[in-house]
Amino acid sequence: MHYEAPIREPLIIGDKSYHDITVDVARPVETKAPRSWWIVFSLALIAFLWGIGCILYTIGVGIGTWGLNKTVGWAWDITNFVWWVGIGHAGTLISAVLLLFRQKWRMSINRSAEAMTIFSVIQAALFPGIHMGRIWLAYFVFPIPNQLGSLWVNFNSPLLWDVFAISTYFSVSVVFWYVGLIPDFAMIRDRAVRPVTQHIYKILSFGWGGKAKHWQRFEEVSLVLAGLATPLVLSVHTIVSMDFATSVIPGWHTTIFPPYFVAGAIFSGFAMVNTLLIIVRKVFNMEDYITIGHIEMMNIIIMLTGSIVGVAYITELFMAWYSGVEYEQYAFLNRATGPYWWAYWSMMTCNVFSPQFMWFKKLRTSLIFSFIISIVVNIGMWFERFVIIVTSLHRDYLPSSWSMFSPTFVDIGIFIGTIGFFFVLFLLYARSFPVIAQAELKTILKSSGENYKKLQEKDAHH
Amino acid sequence: MHTTENKVIISALYDDDDVLLTGVKQVKDKGYHIEEVYSPFPIHGLDHAMGLKRTRIAIAAFMYGCLGLATAISLTYGMMIVDWPMNIGGKPSFSWGENMPAFVPIMFELTVFFAAHLMVWTFFVRNGTYPGRKAQNPDPRTTDDKFLMEVELGTKGSKEELVSLLRDSGAIEINENSK
Repeated sequence: MHYEAPIREPLIIGDKSYHDITVDVARPVETKAPRSWWIVFSLALIAFLWGIGCILYTIGVGIGTWGLNKTVGWAWDITNFVWWVGIGHAGTLISAVLLLFRQKWRMSINRSAEAMTIFSVIQAALFPGIHMGRIWLAYFVFPIPNQLGSLWVNFNSPLLWDVFAISTYFSVSVVFWYVGLIPDFAMIRDRAVRPVTQHIYKILSFGWGGKAKHWQRFEEVSLVLAGLATPLVLSVHTIVSMDFATSVIPGWHTTIFPPYFVAGAIFSGFAMVNTLLIIVRKVFNMEDYITIGHIEMMNIIIMLTGSIVGVAYITELFMAWYSGVEYEQYAFLNRATGPYWWAYWSMMTCNVFSPQFMWFKKLRTSLIFSFIISIVVNIGMWFERFVIIVTSLHRDYLPSSWSMFSPTFVDIGIFIGTIGFFFVLFLLYARSFPVIAQAELKTILKSSGENYKKLQEKDAHH
Repeated sequence: MHTTENKVIISALYDDDDVLLTGVKQVKDKGYHIEEVYSPFPIHGLDHAMGLKRTRIAIAAFMYGCLGLATAISLTYGMMIVDWPMNIGGKPSFSWGENMPAFVPIMFELTVFFAAHLMVWTFFVRNGTYPGRKAQNPDPRTTDDKFLMEVELGTKGSKEELVSLLRDSGAIEINENSK
């Protein structure tokens, strides 16, 4: 019943029992934060506050405080928006797609990956909001009666599809995450010693008791949510790419955008999961659950999606040439050799070249190397969005309108602020939520735990 | 006469999921009614062994999805075709059918939105769980590494018989309580 082929590497290392998993997962919640947590949290909080200041300045004065001009009307804001949404995709991919494919290794990383999804979508959603300029009119994006004699939203517009896609994606991710969290909150509630802790987790756990019927529904709900979230996650970045692809700007108007954006999103998201988990496993002593094997799996996905992205870049270049459209050809020539060549070649190096190191087992099982590559990939994917957005815009049809974009301190401040905000949320999560889906993980202990696997092997030889 | 108001429940605590599952099968074979099983994680095959029916929550989700699709169709039809048709980018707004391809993303998103959220609400309502509810499990150890089976004594066998059956099946603790 609990059999798994001996050739598969164990997913839980060491001589663990169910109780050990409980204790290990509850430890960060039950103990005091280490000094390093406070240091990183303070830094993140300062960045976040700086970002809030810049956002308030933008709202008060207007988006003229950004480096935008008549030609380049979209720049860092939309770059950051697409970047953050893309990062979010890995969480859903791990929790939903890998659930449908019955990939057991997802179980010790899905909780944190989904947390990352939610927190990064929050950052993403900030940008269209403040880019509107008059954020107090943001409710105009929803189809509700209004003071203009009910002037409805335009359901033909990809920007409106985006509103629906992002809100559905965000809210469905939150409930998916929360349903999974409930049994784990119940575990912390039942272990809590202090009345305050007990009360908080009593509220959070919704009174969950682990009844047989409830578990049956829980599994069905998880499966159906995974089935819904899988096409949803693909639709989100598809629709984000349509913000560009349905326009008639050379460099944007390409049919390859949806699959290319989705692959890029998964690519950058897995890189961010690696960045976060390599730290989490170390700081919270989770090395037995988030093993080198897990990191290796994610590196393989980074390598695969990085190569898909590389093929997409080359296809774009080929299509520009093959289309015979002069404007299209110029847009791509300008990307690679124009004034923004450094952005283009940073993107190429970080996204296409650097993941190829993962072909070597030694490199993809090295923590330090994985960490460095994960950062490099995130930088590269930020440049990708910058290249697509700014280099396609800055050379307008009329040479008299040609211009360059340079960010102001407000642009930079808001971007840094969202990174701070993201880490503030993630660090708070890591101290108060069970960072591993322990209930789920316990179901694979007997099949994939190192001690049980050894036992099995011994039995098999008799 | 036998009344259901004063049920005698024998609860047995186990420390292994496989032992529990065998125990459930044995108790069931002897014709006892298993009132409830509390476990820290889902046990494969437990619902079948206990004789629980399949959950219909996925069917509910499908219907919620249909509702979402219908909502999207009414929204797009009502706003873009009937109430305020506009010529946007030359996309035809004469009939819903002609304009439909541009509405597919909205139709998809609202289908998923309705199916997911309403299913999760149904999940909470059917489980009777809500923020701040008292824990449903009688023994706090059942969210850690212990498994609790509650068996109704009923009128069939004697208490001693059931207790020894449970003990033989590997229970580490046996208690009696009435509901």
